[in-house]
Amino acid sequence: MKILTCVKYVPDAGDEVGFESDFTLGRTGPSSKLSELDEYAVEQALRLRATIDGATVTVLSVGPAEAEVALRKALQMGADEAVLVSDEAIAGSDVFGTAAVLIAAAGYLDEVGLVMCGMSSTDAGIGALPALLAEALGWPLLSNAAEVSVEAGQARIVRSDEFGTRVVEAALPAVVSVTDQSGEPRYPSFKDVLAAKKKSVTTIGLAELGVEAALVGAGAARVQVTAVVRNPERAAGRVIVDVDGSSVDDIVEFLAAATK
Amino acid sequence: MGNVIVLVNATSDVVDAASAELLTTGAGLGSVVAVVPGGGSDALVADIAQYGAAEVHVVSCPQLSDSLVVAKAALLVERAAETHASIVLVASGLEGNEVAALVAAKLGAGLVTDAVAVRADDGELVVDKVVWAGKYTVTAKVVAPVAVLSMKANSCVAVVAPSQPEVRQAHFDFAAPAPTARVTSIEPAATSSRPKLVEANVVVSGGRGTDGDFAPVEALADALGGAVGASRAAVDAGFAPQPLQVGQTGKTVSPDLYVALGISGAIQHIAGMRTARQILAINSDPEAPIHRLADLSVVGDLKVIVPAVVARLG
Ligand SMILES: Cc1cc2nc3c(=O)[nH]c(=O)nc-3n(C[C@H](O)[C@H](O)[C@H](O)COP(=O)(O)OP(=O)(O)OC[C@H]3O[C@@H](n4cnc5c(N)ncnc54)[C@H](O)[C@@H]3O)c2cc1C
Repeated sequence: MKILTCVKYVPDAGDEVGFESDFTLGRTGPSSKLSELDEYAVEQALRLRATIDGATVTVLSVGPAEAEVALRKALQMGADEAVLVSDEAIAGSDVFGTAAVLIAAAGYLDEVGLVMCGMSSTDAGIGALPALLAEALGWPLLSNAAEVSVEAGQARIVRSDEFGTRVVEAALPAVVSVTDQSGEPRYPSFKDVLAAKKKSVTTIGLAELGVEAALVGAGAARVQVTAVVRNPERAAGRVIVDVDGSSVDDIVEFLAAATK
Repeated sequence: MGNVIVLVNATSDVVDAASAELLTTGAGLGSVVAVVPGGGSDALVADIAQYGAAEVHVVSCPQLSDSLVVAKAALLVERAAETHASIVLVASGLEGNEVAALVAAKLGAGLVTDAVAVRADDGELVVDKVVWAGKYTVTAKVVAPVAVLSMKANSCVAVVAPSQPEVRQAHFDFAAPAPTARVTSIEPAATSSRPKLVEANVVVSGGRGTDGDFAPVEALADALGGAVGASRAAVDAGFAPQPLQVGQTGKTVSPDLYVALGISGAIQHIAGMRTARQILAINSDPEAPIHRLADLSVVGDLKVIVPAVVARLG
């Protein structure tokens, strides 16, 4: 059984990458990388692999050629193989376009028994993809898991959200997404990095997947970006250096004014 | 712009703050059909009427509590179809965003999650969203006939505008078209005597710099009648529970006053509190990034300063 782990190549939150003229985010910043929230998905996929007989981990990304960087990182962490879907026609897709490509890729790969995702991308931050994948595949959705386990073909998650903490279960195949509470992602060792060099990244396009170009890309998007504005940074205020509580008067005065 | 479905999650006999904001936002866009899944009391319906709804649909659904998001989404899809709604509004959150996604998928609608503003402009629906750890605001227009939006808390001020809505009781049986997940146990979210984090006027948060002692954080929050928050490092270390986390993968707060105690000010934390009106930071490191955006920055030891401040406020 393959554990198909969907990952995104994103700019680092600290990068100064701008937006393109068509308002799509410049994907290739100086330190663009595997989305940190997807590292949690790779980590949990690897931990599950160790508990499921015959399981392997395939990482899958939709993005530009540079997205290989993200897949390489996942291979270094220990994933078995990597697939990149890259096609000019995909640029500017909304979440439904991206979902259509991922769903086709899940069908293209054999023996997928579990799809793993992070909770959200760190750039667009939509948080919708796992639900869309489950819906389209007709598989149960076990999303935003803080804990996940698989036993005898049954997946079980613990999820905490605005409605409390719930245990949710389903038989495989299923779609699971994990939060940043699910367990710290491993850091690849030098040996892991060397071993990953032998693994390959397979790149495919829409034609191989049989996805019509008209279904994806900016033209098919149901939401069109019309403007992007940089939010003003907050300016630094007054700084005081406290010596043995010398700032207390100033603080009390500030609190009184702020809560008036 | 026609009918606007507003999802109201009934947690008590009063409309929660997020739903009140949605009802106000919806009323500004069209004729509001408030949908209460799982049943709601007469008192709740009366409270919904405070915010200008044209209709209230109270929809029972036996499958709601043991299914994760899918039954609620299907229920909304049915209501949206029946009322020919052109807009569906839900509150942001892990569940809200997924419900929005599933409803949009079924309706072939445009989807924006975590929107902070929405307006009709020349017959088009225009939505603002803050992305990339708070750095940019993206404006987008929905080009599909139906729009499904999840709205961040504090996107608008709820306005009381009483109406006399038509109230309908309905029933929805969720017949899953495919295998779905089952909820096998539920533990309701812990309640606190303090104000809710996202609604509070004052939030006092503690970070790794508290060294695990949240007593000063709580004492200052209580002295100011505020809510307690935490950084992810504090949550990861077990100093505070995850629902109190402020930031990119936690709550977004927009209080009058935000107090950061022993928090360095990482970009992902700032993403959750950057719109606070006033910020006070106490951090012993003069180079901590939080000092670059606080209105009052105190370079010092929180363990010395906070108890002294609390004593003075007491
Ligand atoms: C994808 C992603 C999502 C994330 N989401 C979030 C999120 O939602 N929320 C969040 O908070 N973080 C988030 N983070 C983590 C974030 O990057 C930081 O690691 C985290 O915010 C640091 O928490 P902290 O400020 O408490 O700890 P630190 O960065 O360790 O800072 C502790 C501070 O305490 C100060 N200090 C120590 N002792 C004292 C003392 N006695 N008195 C005063 N000051 C003292 C130190 O000077 C230091 O500045 C996320 C990270 C990633 C990658």
